Amino acid sequence: MFRKLTLTLSLVFAAALPALPVLAQDGPLRIEITDGVTEPMAIAIPAFHGDAEVAGRIRDVVAADLTGTGLFREIPRDAPVAQPASFGEAIAHDDWRAAGAQALVSAEVTQSGDAISVKFRLFDVYAGQAQGDGMQFDARAADWRRAAHKIADQVYARLTGEQPYFDSRVAFVQETGPKDARIKRIGVMDYDGQNILWMTDSSSLVLAPQFSRDGRRLVYTSFDSGFPQIRVMEVATVTSRPLTQDASSMAFSPRFSPDGRWIAYSREQGGNTDIWLMDAASGAQRPLVQSPAIDTAPSFSPDGQRIVFESDRSGNPQLYVVGVSGGEPTRISFGDGRYGSPAWSPKGDLIAFTKQMGERFHIATMRIDGSAERNLTESFLDESPTWAPNGRVVMFTRVAPGGNGQPRLHSVDITGRNMRPLSLDFAASDPSWGPLMP
Amino acid sequence: MTVWTKPVAAALLLTLAACAQPAPPVTQTAVVDPYASAGGGALYQGDLAGGTLGAEATAQYFNDTVGNTVLFAANQTALTAEARSILARQAQWLNTHTNFSAVVQGHAEETGTREYNLALGARRAGAVQEYLIAQGVGADRVRTLSFGKERPREVCSDEACYAQNRRAVTVVNIVGAGS
Repeated sequence: MFRKLTLTLSLVFAAALPALPVLAQDGPLRIEITDGVTEPMAIAIPAFHGDAEVAGRIRDVVAADLTGTGLFREIPRDAPVAQPASFGEAIAHDDWRAAGAQALVSAEVTQSGDAISVKFRLFDVYAGQAQGDGMQFDARAADWRRAAHKIADQVYARLTGEQPYFDSRVAFVQETGPKDARIKRIGVMDYDGQNILWMTDSSSLVLAPQFSRDGRRLVYTSFDSGFPQIRVMEVATVTSRPLTQDASSMAFSPRFSPDGRWIAYSREQGGNTDIWLMDAASGAQRPLVQSPAIDTAPSFSPDGQRIVFESDRSGNPQLYVVGVSGGEPTRISFGDGRYGSPAWSPKGDLIAFTKQMGERFHIATMRIDGSAERNLTESFLDESPTWAPNGRVVMFTRVAPGGNGQPRLHSVDITGRNMRPLSLDFAASDPSWGPLMP
Repeated sequence: MTVWTKPVAAALLLTLAACAQPAPPVTQTAVVDPYASAGGGALYQGDLAGGTLGAEATAQYFNDTVGNTVLFAANQTALTAEARSILARQAQWLNTHTNFSAVVQGHAEETGTREYNLALGARRAGAVQEYLIAQGVGADRVRTLSFGKERPREVCSDEACYAQNRRAVTVVNIVGAGS
């Protein structure tokens, strides 16, 4: 298995970095997220100008975002380079180059009452020029972390050519209490575990929240009636209402269509679980996949035209794809082991899923036709993958074994590199990564 | 002297005892066996063991003595012979204690995804429900519920615990008492 990444630099001064491939004599500085060489790009993030306290905090978040991807490394903060006296002053490219930097982020933060303003520029140190335009972000002072994520997103997007993902939020389930009487509640946080907002109290068991594509709503499974039913939550107002209330039929595992108009979910009748579609506005429902087997865990393609789901109709759980207008599902997984909880990448190219092989679990990906299956992780129990909005990183739940075993959120990139736990001081499961925020 | 039948004499004595007033007129009444049409007269059957009748009509008795839990093999939803024997006792109890209804909770071990285990627990609960109904329990008295892997009975992460967690638990409640 390849767990590598190509660092492809298009640099004018090729001789300075003989170990790195040079693809072009000009063009932008670029790091590509594919298999290959695993050298992170060296980036300088000198102290931001302006209001020292908030500037320092924003600088640190920008640095944490970028280095947290594993694609960048910060050159030492004490590199012997003369710091520019102001934001507008020319960059000493030669000195930064000598200090090992390939790119440099310069920024200035001004605070006025409850408002902050952050200007930044990205420089290609080897080309000796700015890469892209300078930008300014204005925000409430309380949203200083978002301003930092916006800058990091710009740097990431310009240097990788991919869509960014730092200014995004993740819905999750917090878990407390003993394993046989777990207490769960739904929260929403920044992608890096900060700014937690609680969406439910701990009075009833809740499972697997899923964001709508616009990030305004969550659908989830709640046992508040005593039986699993699905509910929808308006995130801004933290108000929820039931979507199903049929006492003779359990409902769970809901997900929004990309346009937010439909909810695909699992509906149980007489012990058998099928996949149904509900009109999110009217509540009207119709069956989509019906069989005597277990059909569950639906996830929409980005164009909303297809659904990947899990079914044990072959004898053990495998992945299938079906059009939203119905028809015979097509099986796409054929390997050994048990496949579950598929999640269609927002980029459309891959499906992430949980795979159980013997007594080990993996988060894995395959192309949408089932080819190129690849394990990204391995542990006692990994499950419930969710995609970053740019389709390059997967977050998932890793459960430790035993009576005191706790679930923790982790992320890994699609090359299997950079596996890391989220920095949370509590147990959590069932992440759902929301959209990039406007 | 008038020859009274014993019951009439008893009735008169009771009447006399109740009110020491001038004796009311005596009405002669035939003794009728109210159970005759049900296949015989009421017969003395001997003493019941102390308190058993009341104790049987409790959820506690159902849980501890009848047995409220059946176990399943890994990834299976078929009822074992042992499970069927427990469920036959459950059905007998439910058929006797018709003022109770039941909720069958299906569970799964922790290996397996959350969604699949919810569906698996539902299937196990459904298998139990179907069996109880086949044994004569009214369909409107048995509901099902799945907890998937959310409520294990044992918390260790090996087969000894998993075997106890792959289960369906029949929870009985007096009708109208809520669940």
